[in-house]
Amino acid sequence: MSILVLAEHHDGQLASATAHVVGAARTIGGDVDLLVAGNHVTGVAESAAKLEGVTRVRVADAPAYAHQLAEPLADLLVSLADDYTHVLAASSTTGKNVLPRLAALKDVNQISDILDVESADTFKRPIYAGNAIATVQSADPLKVITVRTTAFEPVGASGSASVEAVDFVADNTLSRFIGEDLAQSDRPELGNARIVISGGRGMGNGDNFKLLDAVADKLGAAVGASRAAVDAGFVPNDMQVGQTGKIVAPELYIAVGISGAIQHLAGMKDSKVIVAINKDDDAPIFQVADYGLVGDLFELLPELEQKL
Amino acid sequence: MKVLVAVKRVIDYNVKIRVKPDHSDVDLTNVKMAMNPFCEIAVEEAVRLKEKGIATEVVAVTVGPKAAQEQLRTALALGADRAIHVETDERVESLGVAKLLKGVVDQEKPDLVILGKQAIDTDNNQTGQMLAALAGLPQGTFASAIGIEAGEIEVTREIDGGLQTVALKLPAVVTSDLRLNEPRYAKLPDIMKAKKKPLETHTPESLGLTVSAAPALLKVETPAERKGGVKVASVDELVDKLKNEAKVL
Repeated sequence: MSILVLAEHHDGQLASATAHVVGAARTIGGDVDLLVAGNHVTGVAESAAKLEGVTRVRVADAPAYAHQLAEPLADLLVSLADDYTHVLAASSTTGKNVLPRLAALKDVNQISDILDVESADTFKRPIYAGNAIATVQSADPLKVITVRTTAFEPVGASGSASVEAVDFVADNTLSRFIGEDLAQSDRPELGNARIVISGGRGMGNGDNFKLLDAVADKLGAAVGASRAAVDAGFVPNDMQVGQTGKIVAPELYIAVGISGAIQHLAGMKDSKVIVAINKDDDAPIFQVADYGLVGDLFELLPELEQKL
Repeated sequence: MKVLVAVKRVIDYNVKIRVKPDHSDVDLTNVKMAMNPFCEIAVEEAVRLKEKGIATEVVAVTVGPKAAQEQLRTALALGADRAIHVETDERVESLGVAKLLKGVVDQEKPDLVILGKQAIDTDNNQTGQMLAALAGLPQGTFASAIGIEAGEIEVTREIDGGLQTVALKLPAVVTSDLRLNEPRYAKLPDIMKAKKKPLETHTPESLGLTVSAAPALLKVETPAERKGGVKVASVDELVDKLKNEAKVL
């Protein structure tokens, strides 16, 4: 068996998601190679070579791969895929964008968002927003898989893989990058923060999210929101935790003014410790919370901030 | 320009699902079905393009059993001009659907194909990307805004950490994210009118295609339930428990 992992990187930094995907690849077994594709990615390749369990880092460094557009990246993966039995990527917006394109070009199915590895061809994955877990088996010669990164432990950074350049340069005339508008924040990213504090419709308006920000600053936490809060226009969609937003599994998740709709629980129920703060004693969120505090969030949040 | 919009029949998003006692699949008997919410957004965007005078025709398509015609009628009530049903009772997953849709694309030659980014049953998030690959078209996935100009479509995509805008040469494939628009409700007169709009039926065979095998579904289980914990009486008690019992602070 030999596995190719598509490395995830942003702003010249290897993203932590990659170490988790390598962790999943190691669970499957066999040789693991990493593909770093981008423009000016020497630094990323150096970090990637330190990931434990990686045999070889293959680097495709060309302007065509800047911004991770799906069309050139999929063509690049197609050019390499015959060397491998499995191609893996994180279930990030990049992995979800690129891998199905590779799978279709290789005429194989894709297994999305795996949570567990039963064997080299059999995997567990969530369906119906995580309300059921399916065990699926692929009969395809090439397994194309996206990985739920929170479900796999990351590998360490004491490895020393070889680094090799890839010659193939994709010729993309179909799509062009126009621009990017990335949220600027000093806080950790929602997807890999150790602590997440989220607000729901109970926050009342977007301004009141400042109460969460204050607690988040004390804890070094990321701030999230329920879909209800996003739909009500309190905060932007990229803060959404849930089935249709981000899936998080931090060590501590604090849900404030969130009732606990299935759609939200699907995005956070794998957190290690869950705290719920809600004025409604019967809110379903308390059924999954390790610690529940019933009361007025407008009094409790400032008190919490002060006592941390 | 012609817009093709794909829709899927799924369990209504409000329904709490049940796993069959033999763990073979989720139980769909006597369960309320509906159009996949992301597909509703795709239909709405296609209809808005027609209302703006950019699209001249909106064609809705689905792959699925006979009953999926209900969702095509919904698309027609929402403003699609005609519908195409590729009828099959087989369990078709993303690659199979993408190949059948490619067959429809070859016949219809649309300038733009819009799909939902993901269906809320299998949660695959693959079909649009696969269709784009098979048809040799560019893809704008997870779209929160689109603009069409001079043979190109600009797609603003919801990516981790923010937004990315790309320009795609038409014809192209776009998949809708939540914020692309807020779908309308079908009005009763439109529902009546939709019954008279043309609905063409195909089978995989009539398109000259076979259904590709989906990955084998070995087992479906209910996830381990998380148990509720304790209620604490005060912020002090909460902070104490988090520090000394859970040890996460």
